[in-house]
Amino acid sequence: MSNAGWIETCRADEIDEEDVLRFDHGSLTLAIYRSADGKYYATDGLCTHEQVHLADGLVMGDIIECPMHNGRFDYRTGEAKGAPVCVNLKTYPVKVEGGRVLVQIG
Amino acid sequence: MADGGMVIVGAGECGARAAQALREAGWSGAVTLIGEESLPPYERPPLSKALMVAAGEPQVAHPLTRDAAAQKGIDLLLGARVAEIDREAHAVILADGRRISYVKLLLATGARPRRLAVPGADSRDVLYLRSFADALAIRERLRAGARLCVIGGGFIGLEVAASAVARGCRVTVVEVTPRILMRGVPAPLAELIARRHEQAGVRFRVGAGIARISESAGTVKIGLADGDEIECDVIVAGIGAAPETLLAARAGLAVENGIRVDDRLRTSDPDIFAAGDCCSAPHALYDGRRIRLEAWRNAHDQGNLAARNMLGGDQRYEAVPWFWSDQYEMTLHVAGLADQATKHVKRDLGDGAELHFHLAGDGRLLAASGFGPLGKVAREIRLAEMLIQKGAKPAPDQLAAPEVKLKSLLNA
Repeated sequence: MSNAGWIETCRADEIDEEDVLRFDHGSLTLAIYRSADGKYYATDGLCTHEQVHLADGLVMGDIIECPMHNGRFDYRTGEAKGAPVCVNLKTYPVKVEGGRVLVQIG
Repeated sequence: MADGGMVIVGAGECGARAAQALREAGWSGAVTLIGEESLPPYERPPLSKALMVAAGEPQVAHPLTRDAAAQKGIDLLLGARVAEIDREAHAVILADGRRISYVKLLLATGARPRRLAVPGADSRDVLYLRSFADALAIRERLRAGARLCVIGGGFIGLEVAASAVARGCRVTVVEVTPRILMRGVPAPLAELIARRHEQAGVRFRVGAGIARISESAGTVKIGLADGDEIECDVIVAGIGAAPETLLAARAGLAVENGIRVDDRLRTSDPDIFAAGDCCSAPHALYDGRRIRLEAWRNAHDQGNLAARNMLGGDQRYEAVPWFWSDQYEMTLHVAGLADQATKHVKRDLGDGAELHFHLAGDGRLLAASGFGPLGKVAREIRLAEMLIQKGAKPAPDQLAAPEVKLKSLLNA
């Protein structure tokens, strides 16, 4: 299987369960999540409201909450869960290979 | 116009949120949002921070644009001042004579900066910060090399000080009380913040009263009560804000450190609500003590809650007070009210970041405050906020230990 468009990000064990990590790739900032049941997800790293790094926020269940204004997103789908956020987050396909988290950005 | 609708006076964060929350809750009648400024509702927190230092044309973010208002059927009356509330007739009367009747009325009138009351304080070189226009006027004066004197070591003053340093100004902060951030921020954190400012070259004069302000040959002089003088080019006074209660008081509504509301945000008139900076409400988490908050989150949350209760909801305001301040690369987050705490516990987060927990005599967590990089502080304070909300009594030794995750205490 081709890995074109996929980038290697962090180690899978670098993220705790129900937690998030920031990963920068060029001008792109990603937030990479590990859910309580051990699945991995990736979204754009900046909140769609005031461009705050979501990886500085708190993961609770399937929700990432912006650390400044408590805007909430479902990190699995990117869905904005209500004011102050109204624009969904872009999400990216993720897979784990050889203990690394790979994200498809292209 | 807007016959039998919902009317909101004050188009800041709180009013704008309430207007939209009415729609989100399914209200299909008229919604009128009345604001004195000509700009659509905008976010004030960046005014002292990002807007001051941003390169290029300063811009504000709008929680409700004109287009969004039109699309949501919200009648946005800008540059309009409400002169009077006719409670008998259930109508507000604008300064230009227009009458708008209401079923329920929300007062989200905010607060205005307290003015210095010393001789010479009416100088054109004494500036205040509340509005976008105020921020632009200050920004214009903060040129590289300019000498800024900030009067008041509170949030606004310190944020402006940090922004002025970034713009190359020389900054002195004068505070009348014995230390900066007397209100709401515990002493050890205030000390940490003062040191960060000093590193950046800010000079502090604490315990220093202002006697007079005078001007000569393009220089402003601040005469201190102890006889010293400080020379500068411009003064920004951030000495607190007074709730905007005039309209409410004239309508005969109860006023007590802001418009007096109950824990459902109702004023002494059941058809009139108040929310945000302008009101004081009893808080269940703090023994029913009446508190008034000047904070973005509070404005947002109370706007939401007032809207639901205007539509017949019966929700109590019980959110943990929370506020933040960004200074340099650091952020200060505070959840809860620390003033009644008798025990204080520090957790060292590394990288110069500290978390402080403030507990009541019975061990209940009342407040938590943190200063450091956003990524170190924000989520810990958020978790502490949840501990406060549930009335948790976490063990002090666990709070002090950085390896003990707050999330685990929450689930305990």
